[in-house]
Amino acid sequence: MTVVATTRRQAYPARPAARLPRLLAGLVGGRPAGLNQHESSFGPLPLPEAAWSGNEAAGRRAATRLIDVVERSGLTGRGGAGFPTGRKLRSVAAGPGPAVVVANGSEGEPASRKDRLLLSRTPHLVLDGISLAAFAIGATEAYLVVHDDDARLVAGLEAAVQAREVAGIDQVPIQVVGIEGRYVASEQTAIVQHLNGGPGLPTFAPPRTHERGVAGRPTAVNNVETLAHLAMIARYGHTWFREAGTPSAPGTTLVTVSGAIARPGVSEIELGAPIGEVLMQAGGPAERPQAVLVGGYFGTWLPAEEAWRVSMSHPGLRSVGGAMGAGILVVLPESSCGLAETARVVRYLADEGAGQCGPCIFGLPALADALADLAYHGGRGDAVDRIAGLIPLIEGRGACRHPDGATQLAASALAAFSHDARWHDVEGPCYGVRRAPLLPVPGDLESW
Amino acid sequence: MSERLRVNPIKCTAHGMCAELLPEFITLDPWGYPIVPGEPVPDDLIGLARKAAAACPTLALLVDKGRRR
Ligand SMILES: Cc1cc2nc3c(=O)[nH]c(=O)nc-3n(C[C@H](O)[C@H](O)[C@H](O)COP(=O)(O)O)c2cc1C
Ligand code: SF4
Ligand code: SF4
Repeated sequence: MTVVATTRRQAYPARPAARLPRLLAGLVGGRPAGLNQHESSFGPLPLPEAAWSGNEAAGRRAATRLIDVVERSGLTGRGGAGFPTGRKLRSVAAGPGPAVVVANGSEGEPASRKDRLLLSRTPHLVLDGISLAAFAIGATEAYLVVHDDDARLVAGLEAAVQAREVAGIDQVPIQVVGIEGRYVASEQTAIVQHLNGGPGLPTFAPPRTHERGVAGRPTAVNNVETLAHLAMIARYGHTWFREAGTPSAPGTTLVTVSGAIARPGVSEIELGAPIGEVLMQAGGPAERPQAVLVGGYFGTWLPAEEAWRVSMSHPGLRSVGGAMGAGILVVLPESSCGLAETARVVRYLADEGAGQCGPCIFGLPALADALADLAYHGGRGDAVDRIAGLIPLIEGRGACRHPDGATQLAASALAAFSHDARWHDVEGPCYGVRRAPLLPVPGDLESW
Repeated sequence: MSERLRVNPIKCTAHGMCAELLPEFITLDPWGYPIVPGEPVPDDLIGLARKAAAACPTLALLVDKGRRR
């Protein structure tokens, strides 16, 4: 079913019959899909005819219909927080004056690869999503934000945008913008401040981005995977979208699996699939698993046997005190030390803070110190209490949620590795701390 | 209508003035930054809370009116 009539009445490829893959159906032959390839996989950009007709009222009605479809699909953001995308678009569309759409492709999570995969292999699906979001909210400016250190990616995206310009596809010109690679630079208020000519650091809300963002205009910041799903929903409809996943977590999602796993990499899954099933699809554990880090560096450690049964969805993970984050799964083998891994990552997060807020400037390094003491020194019996005491002094006290991500990780480590934590605290480090680091931290040698 | 206090942590420079003026409600963390409870300010402290907000040298202490955080 096509939701909206298209300007160029090209036939759409039959809607995908299989539930999987959806976004990744466009990956062909290991090379970036060009515009022709993209259109033969998915059909042309489904911008409603009213978008070009100049009839403003008809255009607005079509835009509202598109937002309705997105809302009914149940699509939620794939950038970490899982906010309902339809609701975000609706509130930005309701704001005063022309809006701005920002596609967040800056993927700051060191253990995530999915956004880069989409942008490098199927860029036109993301660009379609940007165009559709721009139409839905009445945007006159559109930005695609990526890390500036990836020159090849930036060049590829600029070429893709150029090809669309030549073909006259997008109504609103899309600008590719490079930002620095710092972790917090990918947070939405940091991106907005960068686009406004300031430093790429988070700002204090209010004003909220959807009310006053780029150039003071209502601004929708969406993850690039979210926009790729939007491009599919606009083509095939909300009923189709809901054919995969569960009623409370509809659709598919991209996950990045790494660590002690046979076939690390990005795959597309139905939301709600048990984590064990997702890991078996990636070839299963390469070693006896001890725990799984779910959601990334703002995520949650779950003991392996518990993780296996948990369903990969926001509701599923919330029920065990976790979060989906950006769909990251890292398998920790028995031979590694979860406390040492956590200590390294929290140190990294402490170093990556924007240096603006006291609890983040002082609290995160203190937390990293306490975790390092527990992991590498231990034996004094006070580190666990220090960590537990620091967490509430940090949580919720920064301008952005960066510190909260770090405390969530630390708290889940104390819970998932409670036995190890007691051992380290009283007896000293275990053998696992000598193992080569598992979780990637920029600056270390890339492990995959 | 209830009033809540909020700190803009980017502006706050840990002067501690607010905790001095409103010790019944605001405490300081080990690094000197104010810990402000999320609950509404008790009626008998609202006057002092507004004073503390006005006295903050960097205008980092905010009084939010209404139900929202
Ligand atoms: C410290 C921090 C880092 C973030 N990094 C990313 C990121 O790399 N990519 C991303 O899409 N969202 C990131 N986010 C979330 C964004 O602020 C924003 O919520 C998201 O891009 C919205 O898109 P969505 O609704 O489609 O998920 C980060 C948030 C925080 C607090
Ligand atoms: S909480 Fe930390 S990362 Fe976020 S704005 Fe403040 S200093 Fe920067
Ligand atoms: S008076 Fe202002 S700057 Fe000083 S601690 Fe309180 S909020 Fe922070």
